[in-house]
Amino acid sequence: MNYTPPALDYAALAPMIVIFAAAIISVLVEAFTPRGVRRYLQLLIVFGALIASGVLIVLNAGTRTVTAGQAVVIDGPALVLQGAIVILAILGAALMAERSIDSVGDAFASRVSSLPGSEEEKQFTQRGYLQTEIWPLTLFAVLGMMLFVSANDLLLMFVALEVMSLPLYLMTGMARRRRLLSQEAALKYFLLGAFSSAFFLYGAALVYGYSGSITFPEIAQTITSKPGESLVLMIGLGMILIGLLFKVGAVPFHQWVPDVYQGAPTPVTGFMAATVKIAAFGALLRLLYVAFGGVRWDWEPIIWIVAILTMLIGSIVAVVQTDIKRMLAYSSVAQAGFILIGVAAASPAGIASTMFYLIAYGFTTIGAFAIIAMIRDANGEATNLASWAGIGRKSPIVASAFAIFMLGLAGIPLTSGFVGKFAVFAAAIEAGMVWLVIVGVVASLIAAFFYVRVIVVMFFAQPTEQTASVAIPSAFTTVALAAGVAVTVILGVVPQPVLDLVTNADVFIR
Amino acid sequence: MSAFPWLTTLGVLPLLGSIVVALLPKSKPTLAKQVALAVSFIVLGGTVAMALQFDGSSTAPFQFVESYPWIPAFGISYSVGLDGIGLVLVALAATLVPIVILAGWRDIEGDQESEGSVKGYFALILALEALMIGVFSATDVFLFYVFFEVMLVPVYFMIGRYGGPQRSYAAIKFLLYSLLGGLFMLASLIGLYVVSARELGTGTFDFLSLVGLDMDPNTQKMLFLGFFFAFAIKAPLWPFHTWLPDAAAQSKPGTSVLLIGVLDKVGTFGMIRYCLPIFPAASEFYAPVVIGMALIGIFYGAYVALTASDMKRLFAYSSMSHFGFIALGIFVFTSAGQSGSVVYMVAHGLSTAALFLTAGFLMSRRRESALISDYGGVNKVAPVLAGFFLVAALSSLALPGLVSFVGEFLVLLGAFERFLWVGAVATLGIVITAAYVLRLYQKSMTGPVNPSVEGITDLKGREITALVPIAALTITLGFYPAPLLNVINPAVDWTMSTISAVDPDPVLSSEGGQQ
Repeated sequence: MNYTPPALDYAALAPMIVIFAAAIISVLVEAFTPRGVRRYLQLLIVFGALIASGVLIVLNAGTRTVTAGQAVVIDGPALVLQGAIVILAILGAALMAERSIDSVGDAFASRVSSLPGSEEEKQFTQRGYLQTEIWPLTLFAVLGMMLFVSANDLLLMFVALEVMSLPLYLMTGMARRRRLLSQEAALKYFLLGAFSSAFFLYGAALVYGYSGSITFPEIAQTITSKPGESLVLMIGLGMILIGLLFKVGAVPFHQWVPDVYQGAPTPVTGFMAATVKIAAFGALLRLLYVAFGGVRWDWEPIIWIVAILTMLIGSIVAVVQTDIKRMLAYSSVAQAGFILIGVAAASPAGIASTMFYLIAYGFTTIGAFAIIAMIRDANGEATNLASWAGIGRKSPIVASAFAIFMLGLAGIPLTSGFVGKFAVFAAAIEAGMVWLVIVGVVASLIAAFFYVRVIVVMFFAQPTEQTASVAIPSAFTTVALAAGVAVTVILGVVPQPVLDLVTNADVFIR
Repeated sequence: MSAFPWLTTLGVLPLLGSIVVALLPKSKPTLAKQVALAVSFIVLGGTVAMALQFDGSSTAPFQFVESYPWIPAFGISYSVGLDGIGLVLVALAATLVPIVILAGWRDIEGDQESEGSVKGYFALILALEALMIGVFSATDVFLFYVFFEVMLVPVYFMIGRYGGPQRSYAAIKFLLYSLLGGLFMLASLIGLYVVSARELGTGTFDFLSLVGLDMDPNTQKMLFLGFFFAFAIKAPLWPFHTWLPDAAAQSKPGTSVLLIGVLDKVGTFGMIRYCLPIFPAASEFYAPVVIGMALIGIFYGAYVALTASDMKRLFAYSSMSHFGFIALGIFVFTSAGQSGSVVYMVAHGLSTAALFLTAGFLMSRRRESALISDYGGVNKVAPVLAGFFLVAALSSLALPGLVSFVGEFLVLLGAFERFLWVGAVATLGIVITAAYVLRLYQKSMTGPVNPSVEGITDLKGREITALVPIAALTITLGFYPAPLLNVINPAVDWTMSTISAVDPDPVLSSEGGQQ
């Protein structure tokens, strides 16, 4: 039997190929170039590749194709989400490239392999070594995410999941300060992530056993042609869902979120919070809508329950957090719940609103973490809410930017967060899910409490000795921050162009 | 309908003015004030020109209508238009802003406490004017909500940066209260959208479409609460009033005038414009509760005012009592009561302005003390000031011949028509009002000259210029309220007919007329 390689549509795959090539070059740079020039080469490669990939995605606008032997789909949702991932990755990379706000260098351990607190570590720090391994990892993670949202079969989806996740596990453990916390977070993330991957894989195997195929359209066909319930299919779908809901941080698979968000270097947290959510929700949407659209009535209740739990538990637990990173972590859990409302709608409007929400959320979150990285005291970042007291008086501009992000996350009108929430609520209403929306509104009210509380602490509390100071960032963070503020406000005031964009791109290739 | 975009122009002008003033160099505070005053006069001129074109006999619910899609995906549009109620409130805002600017000419420089710059204060006033015009003219409920919330920002800074020693506390209290109300209103707003989406197929925020909805009473009861809560905090009704005395006591007189005189009217305006027509069944259902709150507010406010030792707090509690009357007039569902409420809103705006400004002028001569006991015998050293204070005080107690009498009389008339005992109880409130107003005048203005006010100067040209128009309007509209009532009545009739309320048999109204 002759092996015929699958035909590849290089034009459609070009955005991913660019990132893949750049990632490999980036590894080689790490191995073969002298320490002094590495940073410049890496920055050139990373930003060059991301921008080039972004341009290629724009050029691909309107493409609808299935390629690589049914494994990869490039359609409207894939392009929109890939575009969002790439742009947010540029902002995330800008945060990682920042070297002005920490007096010692950047946010990453000089040498990750050195034991925390050891003589070796001290030596590296004293010599001022700064590592650049973060860059190839970032590129691989981005590649995984882009593939994740365009994967059209279970196997490729799994591969993409791993390509995305493995670098992120490593990046989580790279924090320069509070290294034990960071490494603990990385290990936790890795173990739980590996566990959830195993669920995904086992689920995929069961679904293959049921349908005899791993590609989504064929699974869908089998489901429609075989009437009646199938236990194998249900268990398989449930396990796959566990894998994906773990990645989006939905309750009850959210336990890793606060630890990882808190332990990871803040620029990585921002990058991860924004992009992983997009990638995972993109994959979830495609999987549920394309492959399992036929058993909608079976998975909708699951998504309902998970959405309600996620919104409520995320919001309620966030209220009692005193660490700002943990608070944002629970907030991200709550936000995942709101996005799940859009997923549950199971309609084109659901796809469009989910995508809008993801974009809005990504920019706001990355901006918020950019600021968290800037608020510092002698020990590094000051993430305790108490040390944010009165920051608004010391640095009104930075505090105002953070206030805008908080209002955006709370979903106050004139911010992107409101439009996003409204869009998913409207989609759910259209699908007849009034109760889900009522729970969503209640959860929003609870959530507004802790977002507004941060604003109150920043502006209305008197500064104390504990109050942290705001480091002056370089152009990298400034640009990312400005982009975050701009998008949060613009998508809130004139959202129609982006709403049109996502509405025009709300059809999957089935 | 008019082709000229009156409302947008009137809203954009002060906004641009605000930006210009904010961009002026800090070293030229006088120029900033002159620009601000000029802009506010242009806006006033524009408002007058617009009001002259208002057609009192038109049957269209709104005039000067403009509508452009804003977020068509959610049925949100930039839609503005005025009915008679909106028109008189826009006119009130446009009249008070130049007066406040003029009256507050020197308020900021002399104050060592203020954190902000002179130009900042005047820029904020103009920004607030733009938002006030927007909030009264929005005919898209979402647009209204946006104005309603954004308005908090300039007011927050006006209290929080330019005020007394406790200003920051007062500003936060104001902000948090208002934000809380706003959140509930937002939740109701989304609920309204949901209902409209189910009934009309596509969701909308257009006011008239929402009025046309056939909502079931239980939904109405839920959604009404969100709106009413926000409005009751804004207006403020008992028991949501506690932010008001603090805000009033810590603010500059000009801030208080705009806050209590105009901004708080958004609350009562919202009740008559939004709560009643959109949720008629719920309004009827909750009317006894609201009337109860209003009555308690009338007496509680008046009682606290009677014992207040601080002039600004006294005015705040007196306003709370007056807001009780306004809410009462709205929720008795009679044309007389509702027309009276709207006249009362205007009258209260004018009398509040006169009281706060005159008191402000007095306090600026006496190291900003607001304690009534620090004054006495002012009418001997500063007779003109005392004279204006008397007019303001009498307007506050609704002396016949002043515009507040028209409002109060109509409100009580309306109350008597519907529920005899409510009217009877509310009328007693007038007695306490007279008591605290006259007590204030007697203690501060008459009697032996308090040593601390000896040698204070009387009002000067600028200050008199600011007060004369208020006094003139108070008296003119008091004797001849027809221009006011002619524009208000059609709007009230429209509201009454949308909620299908009918005035009761006019047997009792003659009784009311005699009292």
